[in-house]
Amino acid sequence: MAKIGVFICHCGENIGAKIDCNKLAATVGEHPGVAVSVEYKYFCSDPGQESVKKAIRDNNLTGVVVAACSPRMHEATFRKACAEAGLNPYMCEIANIREQCSWVHTDVDMATQKAADITRSMVEKVKRNNKLQPIEVPVTRRALVIGGGIAGIQAALDIANAGQEVVLVEREPSLGGHMAQLSETFPTLDCSQCIMTPRMVEAAQHPKIRLLTYAEIVHVDGYIGNFKVKVKMKARYVDMDSCTGCGDCITKCPQKKIESEFDCSIGMRTAIYTPFAQSVPNKPVIDKANCTYFKNGKCKICMRSCQINAINFDMQDEFIDLEVGAIVVATGFQVQNNAVYGEYGYGKYPDVITGLQFERLASASGPTSGKILRPSDGKEPETIVFIQCAGSRDPSKGVRYCSKICCMYTAKHAMLYAHKVHDGKSHVFYMDIRAAGKGYDEFTRRAIEEDEASYVRGRVSKVWQKMNKLMVRGVDTLLGKPVVIAADMVVLATAMVSQPDAKEFAKTIGIGYDEYGFFNEAHLKLRPVESSTAGIFLAGACQSPKDIPDSVAQASASASKVLALFSKQKLEREPVVASNNESTCAGCWGCVLACPYNAIEKKDILDRSGKVIKRVASVNPGLCQGCGTCVTFCRSNSLDLAGFTEKQIFAEVMGL
Amino acid sequence: MNELFEPEIVAFVCTYCTYAGADLAGTSRLKYAPNVRIIRLPCTGRISPMFILKALQKGADGVLVSGCHPGDCHFTHGNYHARRRWMVFRALLEFMGIPSERVKFSWISAAEGGKFADLMNSVTEDIRKLGPFDQYKELIRETETPATF
Repeated sequence: MAKIGVFICHCGENIGAKIDCNKLAATVGEHPGVAVSVEYKYFCSDPGQESVKKAIRDNNLTGVVVAACSPRMHEATFRKACAEAGLNPYMCEIANIREQCSWVHTDVDMATQKAADITRSMVEKVKRNNKLQPIEVPVTRRALVIGGGIAGIQAALDIANAGQEVVLVEREPSLGGHMAQLSETFPTLDCSQCIMTPRMVEAAQHPKIRLLTYAEIVHVDGYIGNFKVKVKMKARYVDMDSCTGCGDCITKCPQKKIESEFDCSIGMRTAIYTPFAQSVPNKPVIDKANCTYFKNGKCKICMRSCQINAINFDMQDEFIDLEVGAIVVATGFQVQNNAVYGEYGYGKYPDVITGLQFERLASASGPTSGKILRPSDGKEPETIVFIQCAGSRDPSKGVRYCSKICCMYTAKHAMLYAHKVHDGKSHVFYMDIRAAGKGYDEFTRRAIEEDEASYVRGRVSKVWQKMNKLMVRGVDTLLGKPVVIAADMVVLATAMVSQPDAKEFAKTIGIGYDEYGFFNEAHLKLRPVESSTAGIFLAGACQSPKDIPDSVAQASASASKVLALFSKQKLEREPVVASNNESTCAGCWGCVLACPYNAIEKKDILDRSGKVIKRVASVNPGLCQGCGTCVTFCRSNSLDLAGFTEKQIFAEVMGL
Repeated sequence: MNELFEPEIVAFVCTYCTYAGADLAGTSRLKYAPNVRIIRLPCTGRISPMFILKALQKGADGVLVSGCHPGDCHFTHGNYHARRRWMVFRALLEFMGIPSERVKFSWISAAEGGKFADLMNSVTEDIRKLGPFDQYKELIRETETPATF
């Protein structure tokens, strides 16, 4: 006979003000099987939990329903309290009468009635709950870090420095990511490569880090503590072990006019190339699409120039299988294609460039060796117009968010320009100056006050060419007047957007993403570095636009989460898994098709002589994530899902 | 009479998206009609058509099924299964004489508290317009009456 205890929480005024808790306790108390029905101001408090435990012990309760806030809030709290009172924690259910009742309804009678329905429904469910045991799974103490930008490198180094193994996968030929492309960094104006390249080298040489560059994640299987990952090592056509990185092949390559991705198309590279001079590893790859040999079947000049025969045109893509316990996703961002702004003439006028292109111009290692020169004629610009929010905060172009870094890097660009071209004049069109961060507002003020950047509050409506000049028409909203500026160069503070294949990638590894393709965290405030999938963590701009300090902080936070995971011998996970009744299973394999995790296997039932008499489905509880799709699919009702059984759900419906 | 009618609606939702969206509507203190009772499931893939029929049999005037947006399912594609099942089930409902307008299907993400509140209001309004759902009860009565031929 069920003896259910119902504990109705006032949550101070949160529930108490909109729901007549006294009446609710009385109503639910009359429900069959309810042995205790009490109310209290804060059940989550220490005395509240103690009273729940006491009620369990005194009344020998078989189940508990706490009518309170969302189970996402305090389910764990009350399950723990139940366990401490000797009740199986899975005999505790939460009736959500705060988020889904008292907070959203105004009529006390209606809300109380709804709360009673919700609570009774949970009472009916809990009567049919089973005593479950958490599932223990082993942990593979090796982490996979995807993305070799600053976030990925930081996460990999933090994990490796704590003594755990790391596999760092980067899809480009070199580590570095976007940070390696930058000239100087705000707000200190220290050289980006000077702080970045030592970290790249440290990651590459770390004994605990296995570095896989020019590699991509193809497939991820498994679950927290036990992921199986397939990595594609793209054919480099250069043997990594024997190549010394002398660069002879690069100087000999006849294809010299390929737009360099690293230099954002304002510099050129060869077909056999390293992305930049400080690449790690400093070993070239052959760009198959642009290589003369691959296009015409003739050339191989690089092969002849290589004195140690490291070049091999027959190399094929290879696949590596990895077993890891945790994954840190640090796949970074891309800059928006500014061609969406036809009125700014990006792509039409060579001297309209993006912020990242300006970084390459200003970088000492860039195509102009750090001189600010116009891409069209190589002349030093006398006037530059910077247009902020070129993409960000513009719903019509699909980017409603603020890219967060553009105000800062535009101020930095104006400063770098002032430092390099002393009589140059810069104008910055802005919507708002968002300079929140340590030393950030001081930095933008410096750009305005010391380096004399002229800030114009307003938007630019059109850029057109007139003789040798780019005419920029905008509005100064503070003066209430239209302005036209004749500029030599226009720099667009381009929006940060997600990687073009971010959504595909998220599906491959099984994490959520938002409408923009940025990966979703488990909780925006309280679990900002965990993805919705246990064991997969996020770092850097793949989650949302971030600057370097934020990316590094998040990477270290992810690393600490990984290390916490690795500190355990075994992991416990929720026993919400499917199981099969083998005596009724007909072996139709519908469930095998339905399962997203390949958690259902075919199992032979043998007779005593070892002859197969029947083949049935068998759920691997380690792989099962508990979605229940198979249960609904099952034609013979053989499968059921612990915690959400057919009986429980029908009872919930009937209890309403 | 219809103005006084308060429909009873049962919602089957997944815990990762719509349930979280409902929580968000709560934490955002949005106000909506109190007619919907939520039943939480791990995934829309878990929602059996039998649950929907059971709810209608129990006396619900309408049923709502809601989960993650296509492509966003926490369990990668449970919601696609739910959608396919719904396409078939809808035809079955019509065949059985249950107006398919009484069963609604929607996608609400964990971030769409506002959409959840709007949906609660619109579903309540729609079902209210359809009036109480007596057909199922009549159906049960008819099937339980012995044949007289």
